[in-house]
Amino acid sequence: MPVTLTEKAAKHVSNFIAKRGKGVGLRLGVRTTGCSGMAYKLEFADDVNPEDTLFESHGVKVIVDPKSLPYLEGTELDFAREGLNEGFKFRNPNVKDECGCGESFNI
Amino acid sequence: MALLQISEPGMSREPHQHRLAVGIDLGTTNSLVATVRSGIAVVLNDAEGHALLPSVVRYFPNGTTAVGYPAQAELVCDPRNTVVSVKRFMGRGLKDVAHAENCPYDFLDSPGMVQLRTCAGVKSPVEISAEILRTLRARAETALSGELVGAVITVPAYFDDAQRQATKDAARLAGLNVLRLLNEPTAAAIAYGLDNASEGVYAVFDLGGGTFDISILRLSKGVFEVLATNGDASLGGDDFDHRVFCWIVEQARPAPLSDEDTRLLLTEAREAKEHLSSHNEARITARLGTGELIDNTLPLKTYAEVTRTLVQKTIAPVKKALRDAGLTVDDVNGVVMVGGATRMPQIQQAVAEFFKQAPLNNLDPDKVVALGAAIQADVLAGNRPAGDDWLLLDVIPLSLGLETMGGLVERVIPRNSTIPIAKAQEFTTFKDGQTAMAIHVVQGERELVSDCRSLARFELRGIPPMVAGAARIRVTFQVDADGLLSVSAREATTGVEAAVAVKPSYGLSDGEITQMLQDSVSHSGDDAQARALNEQRVEARRMEEAVTAALAADADLLTPAELADIRAALAALVEVASGSDRGAITTALERVNKITEPFAARRMDRSIDQAFKGKKLEDMKI
Repeated sequence: MPVTLTEKAAKHVSNFIAKRGKGVGLRLGVRTTGCSGMAYKLEFADDVNPEDTLFESHGVKVIVDPKSLPYLEGTELDFAREGLNEGFKFRNPNVKDECGCGESFNI
Repeated sequence: MALLQISEPGMSREPHQHRLAVGIDLGTTNSLVATVRSGIAVVLNDAEGHALLPSVVRYFPNGTTAVGYPAQAELVCDPRNTVVSVKRFMGRGLKDVAHAENCPYDFLDSPGMVQLRTCAGVKSPVEISAEILRTLRARAETALSGELVGAVITVPAYFDDAQRQATKDAARLAGLNVLRLLNEPTAAAIAYGLDNASEGVYAVFDLGGGTFDISILRLSKGVFEVLATNGDASLGGDDFDHRVFCWIVEQARPAPLSDEDTRLLLTEAREAKEHLSSHNEARITARLGTGELIDNTLPLKTYAEVTRTLVQKTIAPVKKALRDAGLTVDDVNGVVMVGGATRMPQIQQAVAEFFKQAPLNNLDPDKVVALGAAIQADVLAGNRPAGDDWLLLDVIPLSLGLETMGGLVERVIPRNSTIPIAKAQEFTTFKDGQTAMAIHVVQGERELVSDCRSLARFELRGIPPMVAGAARIRVTFQVDADGLLSVSAREATTGVEAAVAVKPSYGLSDGEITQMLQDSVSHSGDDAQARALNEQRVEARRMEEAVTAALAADADLLTPAELADIRAALAALVEVASGSDRGAITTALERVNKITEPFAARRMDRSIDQAFKGKKLEDMKI
């Protein structure tokens, strides 16, 4: 299952990368931390490592490291606006439950 | 779920951790610590499984201490160095302490607060309370395996500032960060979830070890307001023990008792009382220091008789509190029972009869205050997810305002306003043709922005060009029930808007708040002067702007000599405005004002001329 971006998310990512002036794509990952066990990593990518898996979605390269891949398969990244805040949202079919604030989750 | 932002490689933000926070009921007789685990408030027990920590501290000659049950066990043999009911001495001078002559301590009257001379040196009630708090903190940190971010500590509703401050000091001494002091009756009401009701009047009947308190609370829009408190500072479970003790002495008629035997019989009496809460009789046996044996059986009926006057003593303060609140028994929606002594069947019955309803009993009366404090601590530590339907029962601790010209603070929401609250104020532009306005949100009591805490900055752009002072910008401050501040600015004619959301008071410790408040008091003189000086500076700059603009437009109206005079006066004004002599600025301002008067008159004539020139009288609409 690929990791994808929604069109809206892809547009914002491209904008952010353009504004930043460098970067080959977007790195998604998972870390073991937080109150529910795991947390998402959402970073600009300057390099692609040989072991990384690459996805392409609406013209944006999405880079996932091998350790994170099993937890992220089928994930769609969306961009949303909630009140005054806007940001990215993970839609991850692997998640069983997440902490109240949604910053961390477990599988 | 939370919205994420893209970070630089390797710089992903740590997600928030569950922040460990506890509620502490620092009681006269017993203290407890509770926390919220998986959304449920629980009392934390010590290693032996005891929930209660007797508020007893024993000092040893080598300076070490024993706190809780070990200290209580030794009460009999070392009454002088074993301090009980220290809460009664908090923030009190010797003359304020009731029945000081009955306490077996070596009191030392010192300014502000009474002190106790023990074998480990002179101890203040703050230090003694800190020992209790330190023990609870250690218990919590062991149970939760982590450092506490803070604690909510409960105090009686009638505690005055000195007593509250003493409680806070004790917590700080114990290494606890006080998130808030919470009134005990409010904590009890929170534990019962009464804050979830929409409206209502509640009575909190708190019969503890040494004190009796009755509080009448009104809940409206999630805020508990203490309408009235009353009570008896020397009525509590201990007095019931004492009645039983007297009964034992009357029955057995032993030889005059030593200090140790008195303690022993009081302990026996307390055990008998506790036994009678669930049994029909209690057996009392004890061997005195003299070798005399006491062996008696106290039936519940006799117990009820010997304590009848004590039970009646609780009803008079209840009546007074209701009268003070201007309410009757029928207005009371519920009665919350707090304190171990409310377990006594005769108390339950008396309360039910008086209020004509069964009191709320399903939570352990010993624990209910600590549980409520834990729930509040959990909220204050930020563990509740956003959007949870919880109203913070609170006021804002420091004023919120914004920066105006000259680095001055314009307060929009004064401190101690109950939240949620929204307030708006109108501001205007400073310069001709100004199209943007920077809004700087600050918090604090001082007059100058530099002395307050900066919370947020944002800009309102797209103001149509107008002369200075013509634009109307309405700035609205809104603090919602979660303590979240949002500030919005709106220009009236065009409707352009900008807004920002900030979290006030977050990261401001009570210490900082206290410091800021103290600063504002001690510097109020300086501040007033600084404010006046800055106002003059702003005026000077405004004048300079105005005159410079006028000269640029109409300098030809002036003779070279007049022009030179104005320029000189202006230069003088600019120079003094950078100094800090307010008088000199005022003088320079007046001079510029005076010297430009003829110039202003000529400009006025010219603009009228231009307006009228080449127009027929009948074309003009006057």
